[in-house]
Amino acid sequence: MLRIEGLTAEIEGKQILKGIDLEVPKGEIHAIMGPNGSGKSTLSYVLSGREGYDITGGSVTWNGQDLLAMEPEERAAAGLFLAFQYPVELPGVGNANFLRTALNAQRRARGEKEVDAMAFLKLAREKLKKLHMSDEMLKRNVNVGFSGGEKKRNEVLQMALMNPSMAILDETDSGLDIDALRIVSEGVNALRGPDFSSLVITHYQRLLNYIVPDRVHVLMDGRIVRSGGKELAEELEAQGYGQASAA
Amino acid sequence: MNAVTAGAGGFISRFEGLRDRLPGAELEQVRALREEGAATLREKGLPGRRVEEWRYTDLAPVAQAQFTEALTAVGEAPALPAPRAPHRVVFLDGRLAEHLSQLPPHAAPLSARLEAAQDLLAADHGMPLVGLNAMMFEDGLFLDLPEGRDAGTIEVLNIAAHAERPIAFHPRHVIRLAPGAQLTLVETSTGPAGATYLHNPVYDIRVAEGATFTHVRVQREGRSAFQLSTIRARVAAGGTYDNFTLNAGGRLVRNEIHVTLEGPKAAAHMNGAQLVADGQHADTTTFLDHAAPDCPSRQTVKTVLAGKSRGVFQGKILVRQVAQRTDGYQMNQALLLSEEAEIDAKPQLEIYADDVRCSHGATVGALDPEQLFYLRARGIPAEEARAILVQAFLTEAVEGVTDPIAQAALEEAVSGWWEREAA
Ligand SMILES: Nc1ncnc2c1ncn2[C@@H]1O[C@H](COP(=O)(O)OP(=O)(O)OP(=O)(O)O)[C@@H](O)[C@H]1O
Ligand SMILES: [Mg+2]
Repeated sequence: MLRIEGLTAEIEGKQILKGIDLEVPKGEIHAIMGPNGSGKSTLSYVLSGREGYDITGGSVTWNGQDLLAMEPEERAAAGLFLAFQYPVELPGVGNANFLRTALNAQRRARGEKEVDAMAFLKLAREKLKKLHMSDEMLKRNVNVGFSGGEKKRNEVLQMALMNPSMAILDETDSGLDIDALRIVSEGVNALRGPDFSSLVITHYQRLLNYIVPDRVHVLMDGRIVRSGGKELAEELEAQGYGQASAA
Repeated sequence: MNAVTAGAGGFISRFEGLRDRLPGAELEQVRALREEGAATLREKGLPGRRVEEWRYTDLAPVAQAQFTEALTAVGEAPALPAPRAPHRVVFLDGRLAEHLSQLPPHAAPLSARLEAAQDLLAADHGMPLVGLNAMMFEDGLFLDLPEGRDAGTIEVLNIAAHAERPIAFHPRHVIRLAPGAQLTLVETSTGPAGATYLHNPVYDIRVAEGATFTHVRVQREGRSAFQLSTIRARVAAGGTYDNFTLNAGGRLVRNEIHVTLEGPKAAAHMNGAQLVADGQHADTTTFLDHAAPDCPSRQTVKTVLAGKSRGVFQGKILVRQVAQRTDGYQMNQALLLSEEAEIDAKPQLEIYADDVRCSHGATVGALDPEQLFYLRARGIPAEEARAILVQAFLTEAVEGVTDPIAQAALEEAVSGWWEREAA
């Protein structure tokens, strides 16, 4: 269970999160929608531990732990995964090497045995196949020269490999073609289960036809202004955010 | 007499004692070259920081070190690494050690072939370190490839062997490629960790029509050493001089390269990487003279600095009026890993032709926090993430080198540098 209470955060003196209250019980998938600049990515960064934010109030507990007290790598090892809205390019870092280093760093932190190069390759190939991705992806530098859609798919590949218990998907659907959207959704749905929860940030109701959320929240100007079932997404799609806060 | 000329004074007085015993003493032309070098050094001393080209590199420690020449060869040869190529040339304190070498065809110790090589020894043109070399050189590699000859890859080891007192050696390497010849030279310079020595090589290089010289230099001198090298290469029509220099060792290192593109479609690559750790100073200074039309030139120099260290990049490109349709590219990038590290970068473009394409750029910065966070968000601890990004910068820096023997030599110097030197 992820519990966010009264979370406020600012960056460079500018308040972005203005009191977020949100609970994501184990096994549930929640969607967050909201206009540009409302603080969705900020929330996902704060949850995953990016530097540069001042947490001015509130708390985040995750499975009973104080999430905000943990280093980003500790959060990852504990099962938190963020699919970046803008995946970062790493010139000079091979994708296969990166993925294996990351996987093994997490395993080491959890006291598990590391996977060797052969076993990793087998695992990676299996995941690639499920995501209809080519093995070529492994040979390239991380995200360098990837198309927008390829970057998003690479995020999903990482998620599939890391097998997180809490995934935050920040507009992973943006930039994906229709087939990719379905494949990526299948990737998320494959993780679905009693121990997996997810926060799916999106602008489009379409994604939620594939990844059916348990709850939908509307984030506006740093606050959750409305929550509801999956029909809320349809309502927003039809009426826009103008009505959302008023209703 | 100031401290700097005093530093040169020691060299000059030793030259005066040695001049009749140095190789080529019987050759008028060689004697004249040496005297001219002595005159340059007498007039200018070791270059001081008031000289524009030496603004960022202070030779005071060289002047103060009281170097003497190693007049006798070391008794015992140091242990040599396994050869990487079928032909290997080994230098001990600047002298070609034939018994340790597998000399390739058309190669000889310069000291034995001075009569044949003397016309190829270029004047110092007022450069004090070249003058110092001219005055004192004892030996070097003379490689004279005939027309169309493909010499493959030749390995060169420059080893500083004397360790008990500060010695200086000034090898002179003369390399000529006749039309259509091809050569890859992979040079590694090393020396004892704690020894203070000065390695002051000068290269006279001629690349004739359609010839290709790939020159890879791996500088891993001992950490108390000085290396001051000067390369002068002239490239004829359709020829290529492709230099890659890795500066990884030494206390104070300057690597100066002058390339003149003399005929149409001559090409120059002057790429390099500098790994500068605490207490080190590394300087890459290049001068590219586009003196003919239709010539491409490429230069990417990457410097990574840790601890209290200093890096210098000075890159001048001159495009003469005749050099129409020049295609030049220069990029220098520095990665600063500590607040005490410093980089001085001075690109300089001087263009007199009107139809040219010359692009240049520079970046200086610390590790990218976005990249660091991306790695950490995937579970990689901060220190490991930093090491990955430094290694990536280094990998990218040496990526352009394609010769497998050169790659192996570079890889050995580069891998684990961050863990060894900085972490
Ligand atoms: N480094 C920063 N300095 C100043 N303001 C910032 C900084 N980073 C983000 N912001 C501001 O914070 C606000 C929230 O940004 P955020 O990226 O969280 O929005 P978002 O809801 O994810 O928007 P989108 O739908 O466009 O992705 C924006 O107004 C943005 O300009
Ligand atoms: Mg966003």
